[in-house]
Amino acid sequence: MAKTTAKTKVKAAKPKTKPEKKAAAQTASAKSEPPKAMVTVYIMGKAHKVPADATIMGAIEYAGYQIKRGAGCREGFCGACATVYRLPGDYKIYTGMACMTLVQDGMWLSQLPAIPSQKPVYDLDKLEPNVGVFQKLYPEVFRCVACNTCTKACPQDLEVMDYIQAAKQGNIEKVMDLSFDCLSCGLCAIRCPAEIVHFNVGILARRLYGKYLRKNSDHLDKMLKNVKSKKYDAEYKEMMKMKKDELKKKYYARDSE
Amino acid sequence: MYPDYMHDSLKKVDETRQKRLELERSGKNVFPPMTAEEREDVLNKFHPDYKPESRRQVHIGQNKGELLTTEVADILESHSRIESKLFDLTTPDYETDILIVGAGGAGCAAAIIARQNGAQSIISTKLRMGDANSMMSQGGMQAAVTEKDSPTIHYLDALGGGHFDNKPDLVRALTEDGPEVVKWLEDLGVVWDKNPDGSMYVLHGGGTSRKRMHSCRDYTGAIIMRTLMDEVRNHPDDIKVLEFMPTVELIMDDKGRCAGGVLYNMETEEYFTVKAKAVIIATGGYGRLHIRGFDTTNHYGATGDGLVIAYRAGAKLMYMDSVQYHPTGSVFPEQIAGFLITEKIRGAGGQPINKFGELFVWPREPRDVESASFIRECLERKNGIQTPSGRWGVWLDSPLIEIIQGDGYMNKNFPAMYRQFIRYNIDITKEPMLVYPSLHYQNGGVEINDHCETNVKGLYVAGEASGGVHGRNRLMGNSVLDYNVFGRRAGKFAAGYAKSAPIGKLSLEHITAYENELKKAKIKTDRVAPVLLPLYTSDEVKKRQLTAHYEGTLR
Repeated sequence: MAKTTAKTKVKAAKPKTKPEKKAAAQTASAKSEPPKAMVTVYIMGKAHKVPADATIMGAIEYAGYQIKRGAGCREGFCGACATVYRLPGDYKIYTGMACMTLVQDGMWLSQLPAIPSQKPVYDLDKLEPNVGVFQKLYPEVFRCVACNTCTKACPQDLEVMDYIQAAKQGNIEKVMDLSFDCLSCGLCAIRCPAEIVHFNVGILARRLYGKYLRKNSDHLDKMLKNVKSKKYDAEYKEMMKMKKDELKKKYYARDSE
Repeated sequence: MYPDYMHDSLKKVDETRQKRLELERSGKNVFPPMTAEEREDVLNKFHPDYKPESRRQVHIGQNKGELLTTEVADILESHSRIESKLFDLTTPDYETDILIVGAGGAGCAAAIIARQNGAQSIISTKLRMGDANSMMSQGGMQAAVTEKDSPTIHYLDALGGGHFDNKPDLVRALTEDGPEVVKWLEDLGVVWDKNPDGSMYVLHGGGTSRKRMHSCRDYTGAIIMRTLMDEVRNHPDDIKVLEFMPTVELIMDDKGRCAGGVLYNMETEEYFTVKAKAVIIATGGYGRLHIRGFDTTNHYGATGDGLVIAYRAGAKLMYMDSVQYHPTGSVFPEQIAGFLITEKIRGAGGQPINKFGELFVWPREPRDVESASFIRECLERKNGIQTPSGRWGVWLDSPLIEIIQGDGYMNKNFPAMYRQFIRYNIDITKEPMLVYPSLHYQNGGVEINDHCETNVKGLYVAGEASGGVHGRNRLMGNSVLDYNVFGRRAGKFAAGYAKSAPIGKLSLEHITAYENELKKAKIKTDRVAPVLLPLYTSDEVKKRQLTAHYEGTLR
């Protein structure tokens, strides 16, 4: 993936004899490669031949689609590219992020452009970090039937059901810990028979933990006082007046922790 | 899984690990850091910026005559998406105090602080809120908070990293606001990594002389961004978010003040006008322009749109000749080529190693120096490893980290990285990663002062879209800090300005004037900007799109 028209203009990668002329950009050099193995995938039902080693996102673009919804960071952080698919001869529904999942022959896939989800408005300053928060803001959490479908749907392999159970018990630290790597892709929420929006429950719990349940850092508080009292003012002023040469000298002479 | 032919080299990395571990444990530098002269030499010979065709003169606008990154000059010398006479500006579709362009970290921070200062805002964004490079930062945020550190030491580190070209007032703002940003985010509910006693868990980054990298495992950006987004969503009456609606031009008033924007609904293809007392551009960077043909670590929408609209409105750019290549982009497997491998890996003890299993550079040089050294090792010294598809790379020895820091450390602190590679049967606790520089960051941008003001009245810029904070090279962890510090400042100062800002008659005259300038400079081009999205449609497909008309990348 990440092919671009710009690249076709700049063919640089191959090592040449004069190193000082080396461009640093590199693209996969097509010449030395054997013809690519191809597979057939069904993008929203339509058959396309795509490279066998493509990600789903790469395959969609290879087939000629310009993605508007359904691509974001393209590296597995933002959750924009939630995708559902089935495989031939298999009754199961599979889930994955299009940027992270490789195609398979016969895969029938569709991206989910957006996931409907509820997010109550709240004032974090007025919440108390206990089970009551979930009862008030996300009462559907208590409808969880522990079917584990959310966990099976999670492309990050998180223990989603376990953190929903922890929310029911008011164990905010556990919700924070288990939901920490969540992408908010929404695949759990779209599969949940109890209609829970797991990822928003996770965000709420993490914010509650960060604000109310963390241990305070003494050195941070001390530094804040120092800055407020303008302790560094004189030193700043002195350095801001320094010429480049003086600064350079000071920089290269500085000690390191 | 690595192909068989790499096994000899992998074995050498294994064999030298014990010796390198002892070196690391000795407390001495594992490799001598470069002197000023050595830095300059490797940059001149191997950094992509220093190649002559990397830059060209721009012929119009505020920076006319200056050498800029070629791809940047191209998008500046391009046509607008709109014809100004088609717009009736007497009845704007929306009115607000502040129009914020971009819904990444800087935009969201600005909206939250503007609201606290009594200003309502509209956030216009091309993709979804949070679809931004802010979401993707892994390694952390710099801020001086420990007893061994001070904001002034941070100041000197940032200046040295930027080759002393940084604007001093901006670096002071960056470093002096740092501790407060740590606290602000914590009070908004960001879960920082901490030591058992509650003190901040901090690591080194490239170019830092003190440990001051704060992190949230390796999901630092994701945790901060989702916290800010959640907070924005808690104020729907004061902050309106318009997704898939990028601002494609600014609107001025007849006194030359910035007074709103023209928004394009990418789905219905309608245009809308927003009248605002102030505008904050927080559109981030330009990695998806694939400068010099490089792969990029950036998100899908990073196409430098804010630069273009600001430039047409008369804003001055700074250091737009300087591009940051992150030393450790992934090169194998092919599917994740260009992906970011956080510098935190080196902060925690990971070492770059050549094909003989040898160290060849100090692991914590500033990014441009480190990148140039990798390129030298591969292309000049031929000590790199080539992938089956022809890419070069050097090893990044991650198994060393587990030995230095203890069992389970990788899983706890690098869950995203571990996931990234285990999908392809590479266990980074046991095998190194193969890396090469990847296009990462726009060092320059629209010139601002420490109030985020530009030379255009009413136009504020914050985050990666701005220029001057990092000079010509940013250090790791200073961008997360940047978007917080200057996002907050932009929100505060724009809100203050909006309280009493007069707005005259709205106008798009500057678009017409810019088109005339293009004509006068005899620039003939079919380029259209803002680019909005990169084009990955293959030539094969395009050949068959007989009735498609491309407006930039969109058809």
